[in-house]
Amino acid sequence: MNSITSQSVPHKAPAKKGNFWLRKGNKIAPYFFISPFFIIFGVFGLFPLLFSLYLSFHYWEPAAGLAAMEWVGLENYIFAFQDDWFQKSIYNTGVIALKSGIPQHALAIPLAFFIHTSFTRWRNTVIGVYFIPYITSTVAISLVFTTLFSRDFGMVNQVLTSLGNFTIADMKVLSWIFPVENIDWTRPEYTKDMISFVVFWRYVGWNTVLYLSALQTIPRDLYEAAIIDGANRYQQFRYVTLPMLKPMAFFAVTLTIIGNLQLFEEPFIITGGTGGIDQAGKTAAMHMYITAFVESDFGTASAISWILFMIIAGLTWLNHKVLGGSNH
Amino acid sequence: MKISIKKDQLVAYVIVALGGVIMLAPFYFMFVFSSHSNSGILSIPPPILFGDFLVENFNTLIDFLPYFWHNISLSLFVAVVVTILNLLFCSLAGYAFAMFDFKGKNFLFVGIMATMLLPPFLGMIPTAMIMSQIGWMNDPKALIIPAACGAMGIFMMRQFIASAIPKELVEAARMDGCKEFKIYYRIIVPLITPAFGTLGLITFIGTWNNFMGPLVVMNDMKMFTVPLALRALQGTGQVPWGAVAVGAAIAVLPLIFLFMMASRRLIDGLTAGAVKG
Repeated sequence: MNSITSQSVPHKAPAKKGNFWLRKGNKIAPYFFISPFFIIFGVFGLFPLLFSLYLSFHYWEPAAGLAAMEWVGLENYIFAFQDDWFQKSIYNTGVIALKSGIPQHALAIPLAFFIHTSFTRWRNTVIGVYFIPYITSTVAISLVFTTLFSRDFGMVNQVLTSLGNFTIADMKVLSWIFPVENIDWTRPEYTKDMISFVVFWRYVGWNTVLYLSALQTIPRDLYEAAIIDGANRYQQFRYVTLPMLKPMAFFAVTLTIIGNLQLFEEPFIITGGTGGIDQAGKTAAMHMYITAFVESDFGTASAISWILFMIIAGLTWLNHKVLGGSNH
Repeated sequence: MKISIKKDQLVAYVIVALGGVIMLAPFYFMFVFSSHSNSGILSIPPPILFGDFLVENFNTLIDFLPYFWHNISLSLFVAVVVTILNLLFCSLAGYAFAMFDFKGKNFLFVGIMATMLLPPFLGMIPTAMIMSQIGWMNDPKALIIPAACGAMGIFMMRQFIASAIPKELVEAARMDGCKEFKIYYRIIVPLITPAFGTLGLITFIGTWNNFMGPLVVMNDMKMFTVPLALRALQGTGQVPWGAVAVGAAIAVLPLIFLFMMASRRLIDGLTAGAVKG
């Protein structure tokens, strides 16, 4: 506030105060320039967080107004933990995070290496093709995916079963890896696979680009030295590229952990906001949303959001211990 | 390109190409489905070529979502205003962090960066409650003001200004009696248009796609943004898949267009913001 008043002063008395503004301006101006962030964050960032923390220790009936809050200590947290649906949603989140996260990195690293070494003219096109899912509307594309995954008419089943029924000399040679009949992806045992695929599809290009940017920083002489030592392509990848990618792998995996544990939009749209049959596709963030906005239990929902935050912080820290080493 | 391609490398090329097809297939089918009737989409095998049902599908979409034009304009309005505000506030803050020395500078900067670690879902419930307390439910303000100055944008702007503009330039202008704000808009702004472009694109796309934010503050169909409106099609018993595809295409087309225009800049901007942060 101080800086705002001092800025309006020069207009009233330009001669004298103008000097003041010139003398002191570069002392006050930076605070004025950075103030929008702090005002906005204070009101719509920090305050809500503190409020949510406060809320997580209270029981509150929304219809009764804000005054009707009742201190319940840790009860919301205990209730959240003991809730079967919460445990299930954590389990779902973990499974989806692994099923989408591991393939993302397992594929992004070799893909980035291959793009880096083997594409010149088509490089940007290939990167663009793999990256574009990342910038598209999750809601729109998840809706398209629900059509593609439909049991009887979906393109996914069409492709999978035609591969599964592919016959050579009356033998379904691929039936051990591909299904021969249409899969009902909305069934509990498949829901998480469907969601994981959409998440994988969306982020594999993002990770590829991250690894590509790290590959570009690996000095060429390292490869040249390896070639002189007689390393073939695979050996170069294994003994030069992979170790040099470790810092980026740490960073990219951290981002994946953080992102996957708060998955919300993909499972929300794909399961129609319900969590799917038997809640098989309900993630922890969805559970929080449903607890708050469907069941109107804002206290418990706030507790859930803080538990989830602690889990994310804990796993990020663990990842730092395991992969981080001295690099970060 | 290469004189001889080894066999294993050829296999790798084929795999990359197949992967590329999988990456693009959902977009392709989105456009194909938007030109087919429901019974056309729900047939065996599903259509793989374009049909002639586009206009009917669009009319169905408008039947289901009578405010769809309003939804699109609202989405555009929110995305444009949020983008402009971010360009202004982030560049001002970035300028301050790049070019000034002031007490608490490092502490404040680290503080801003730390806010990036806060996951968005944490603020979901209290934000909704606060918005309803101050009467901003179904008000575009609820989407614009909280998003008006992002930490990532400040970081990007600081990096760019520090690397692109010599401090001497600012000091010289100050010697000549140029006031601080005038230095900003006469000297800094013209020199950071590339960063404006990148941050603008990223902010626009992020706001246009935002789902979680509007989900908890917009409950009047007229005030839905495009993602919310599309989502509303789901709860309609027999889902009009052709209309859904048209709506999805409308939501995605501007993004594909922007991406084709500036893919390098977008990819670099998004990853640089993440990597160096």
